[in-house]
Amino acid sequence: MNNAEIVEILKRHVPASILAVEEFRGDLTVVVRRDDIVRVAEFIKTDSSLAFDLVIDVLGVDMYRPEERFEVIYIIYSLVNKRFLRLKVRLPEDTPTVPTVTGVWPGANWHERETWDMFGIKFAGHPDLRRLYMPEEFEHHPLRKDFPLMGIPDSLPLPRR
Amino acid sequence: MALESLQREGYLVTRLDEVIKWARKNSLWPMPMGISCCAIEMMATASPRFDISRFGSEVMRFTPRQCDVMIVAGTVTYKMSKVVRKIYDQMPDPKWVISMGACASSGGMFRSYAVVQGIDQFMPVDVFVAGCPPRPENLLYALMELQKKIQGEPQLGGGGSGPVHIPEGPAPSTTAQSA
Repeated sequence: MNNAEIVEILKRHVPASILAVEEFRGDLTVVVRRDDIVRVAEFIKTDSSLAFDLVIDVLGVDMYRPEERFEVIYIIYSLVNKRFLRLKVRLPEDTPTVPTVTGVWPGANWHERETWDMFGIKFAGHPDLRRLYMPEEFEHHPLRKDFPLMGIPDSLPLPRR
Repeated sequence: MALESLQREGYLVTRLDEVIKWARKNSLWPMPMGISCCAIEMMATASPRFDISRFGSEVMRFTPRQCDVMIVAGTVTYKMSKVVRKIYDQMPDPKWVISMGACASSGGMFRSYAVVQGIDQFMPVDVFVAGCPPRPENLLYALMELQKKIQGEPQLGGGGSGPVHIPEGPAPSTTAQSA
């Protein structure tokens, strides 16, 4: 199975969900409509010829642009076909929310928590959307481009000397 | 009450002070607070090659309640600072702290929102050791400096001196000093 065949199957079964297809040096990226991500995930996992059964990573990107500021990228692997696929969802700044894919790949749980912690992207329907790295009482999202490198003073209290 | 009467007498107090300090400085049990790569050098310091037991500090205890000196060996994040401080608070007095390496002393190369830029922001430090990581000789030298510091501190009368800074690079020959 090559990339063209993957795209062909996707276009046949979920044409309305796919916004764009990009290929760079053999790596396939499919941009998916935000509300359809679970449907597409479900399809590529259960389709017997695609069988994208392993989630390698879920990550966020802050593009820091006026429109569609955030991106969520899902890196999916097929143990059957030994192929990677990258799904991409673009999110606006005012509602950075995307449905969770933990129902499809339970392994996405901590990846989505990390993305929430670092970028403040909410995963609707996530079973346990707590911060992964930062203390739970922390109020900011450090990998956003507008977060200062050295942090915000007094946002992380130290023990008293 | 007994100690107060001794302090008034003068001579006996100073000699008792010397004995207490001598006993303390030659039996410093470390709390190995190894939280990143400096811990490897700290372990090497305890190995036969460098042999920290020459200075009476071979008894590394993993409970703070039996320790005299905390060796903070590694990067301390804000999240970890509460843990380090809690363990320090559980150590019985008198207690001392060695800040081992660039990370513990200043944040090191981790100039970031997540890393405390020096553990002296939330706990007292007696000796700072430079290096990334410091060699075992540097840690031994820091221990010797701490011993010197303890010998110079008044133990019964209170008070104390500021922190000692160990520069980076080859430590002054430990064999010559210990001879």
